[in-house]
Amino acid sequence: MIKNITRKYLSNQLTENQVTDEAVYLKRRQVLKQLGFFGASSLLSTNAHADWFTKDEVTPFATQPLLAKKTITTDDVLTPESKVISHNNFYEFGTSKNDPIENAQQFKVNPWQLTISGEVEKPITLDYDDLFKAFSLEERIYSLRCVEAWSMVVPWIGFPLADLIKKAQPNSKAKYVAFETLYDPEQMPGQSSRRIGGGVDYPYVEGLRIDEAMNPLTLLSVGLYGKTLPAQNGAPIRLVVPWKYGFKSIKSIVSIKLVEKMPPTTWNILAPQEYGFYANVNPQVDHPRWSQASERRITSGGLFARNRIETLPFNGYGEEVAHLYKNMNLRKNY
Amino acid sequence: MPLKVNDRRVVFTLKVIIHIISLFLLSNLYYQAVNDNLGADPVEAVLHFTGIGAFNILLLSLVVSPLAQQFKWTFLLKVRRLLGLYSFAYALCHLLSFLAFEVQFDWLLFISEIIERPYITVGMLAISILLLLTITSLSLIKKKMGRKWQQLHNWVYLALCLIALHFYWSVKSEIIEPSIYIGISLLLLYFRKNKIIRWFR
Repeated sequence: MIKNITRKYLSNQLTENQVTDEAVYLKRRQVLKQLGFFGASSLLSTNAHADWFTKDEVTPFATQPLLAKKTITTDDVLTPESKVISHNNFYEFGTSKNDPIENAQQFKVNPWQLTISGEVEKPITLDYDDLFKAFSLEERIYSLRCVEAWSMVVPWIGFPLADLIKKAQPNSKAKYVAFETLYDPEQMPGQSSRRIGGGVDYPYVEGLRIDEAMNPLTLLSVGLYGKTLPAQNGAPIRLVVPWKYGFKSIKSIVSIKLVEKMPPTTWNILAPQEYGFYANVNPQVDHPRWSQASERRITSGGLFARNRIETLPFNGYGEEVAHLYKNMNLRKNY
Repeated sequence: MPLKVNDRRVVFTLKVIIHIISLFLLSNLYYQAVNDNLGADPVEAVLHFTGIGAFNILLLSLVVSPLAQQFKWTFLLKVRRLLGLYSFAYALCHLLSFLAFEVQFDWLLFISEIIERPYITVGMLAISILLLLTITSLSLIKKKMGRKWQQLHNWVYLALCLIALHFYWSVKSEIIEPSIYIGISLLLLYFRKNKIIRWFR
């Protein structure tokens, strides 16, 4: 099944400027900021004031190298690492795309506890080290399609969610899987302030049907670009469901619970007419604010990059997952 | 009312400052965006900056007459037109960047987005009004229009409301910033309440 997407991993397509060193990138942003370039939007942003009054450097969030077997590759050009780690929707750290990289540097992920509970025979608790050692790690290159009609191509490192769920031995009542992000307002400014957190009720929750969760494509990711996850990408462990819009791929998970009834999901609670439970990538069904027929693929090349491409049903993973939705009206179950 | 020599110098200086700031920010924006130095998605950055920029400058232009009245700073009225023109210039960059860099000249998508997305529809209406106001801001046309000129230019208040709505509807859930803008817009309209009430009679 997975072999169908073994297109070649052309890492040599990356040019020098695509793989800008993180430190150089951050420095560049700093310079722009001091020029007052982000002035208009940062008048209200969280960090503007901190930037003006505290000049001392924050120790950046540390990532470690991570070994993994390459299993799923692609012909698509990768999104440069500098962009993958600086363009994040992680409202716990602010609603602007560049807020998380600035506000998450102090995030503490070790110690960490991820519990698997609910309708299972053997509840499991994974500590920080277990996240990287309990299962064999794979590198999989997936396209990530945001509901805002942009996309990235990311080399994730992780293990199938199915491996973990099987180990917990779900019982016959386990029909859905409910996920929950860490709730820690002291570390996550968006959780302590509605202004910073965009008016979302925290903790962020997400859910999958059990067959979606057990699909081999569904990944629990602990790293990207050969290293453990940066804080702003959902360290230390996040979900990646490549055929669904990005908001389903919940970050910094502390709880995975097998349940009988369809669990509530954050964006659905916030705007049920805009975001459904399934949220499968579907070019036929528009979001009220964005056409979903096409997307802008974020790579490099600046303003003139001709990067608008057609959006594929199930984000191009139809062969692997379309059967899950046989006989379902996907216009109604958006 | 003729300005004093002193005021003329102040007006000149103010105009130079407005030109320099507006043009520097705009050219720097596009320079950085073309060179991919504007975060991961330069298109989003350009759209946000030009959109908010147009709104900010429009609000500035509408602060002018309350300030001039309150403090008798009549010289300020002499920079109002320039501010209005720059607000339109930023709004035009916003629209053209959407066409060129967001939908990338997919005309069908461009037109369907204008029709199907309410926040884009009101944005288009607003920029159409600003376009009319810009064209008729030429002194020659202004003279020819006589009393009708002021009637037409009162439409700026409608444009203001549409722009505020455009901003509010365009965000996913982070409504606080657009709400603050709506508050400021309402305050500026409140200063003109007598004029607006007369208008509706």
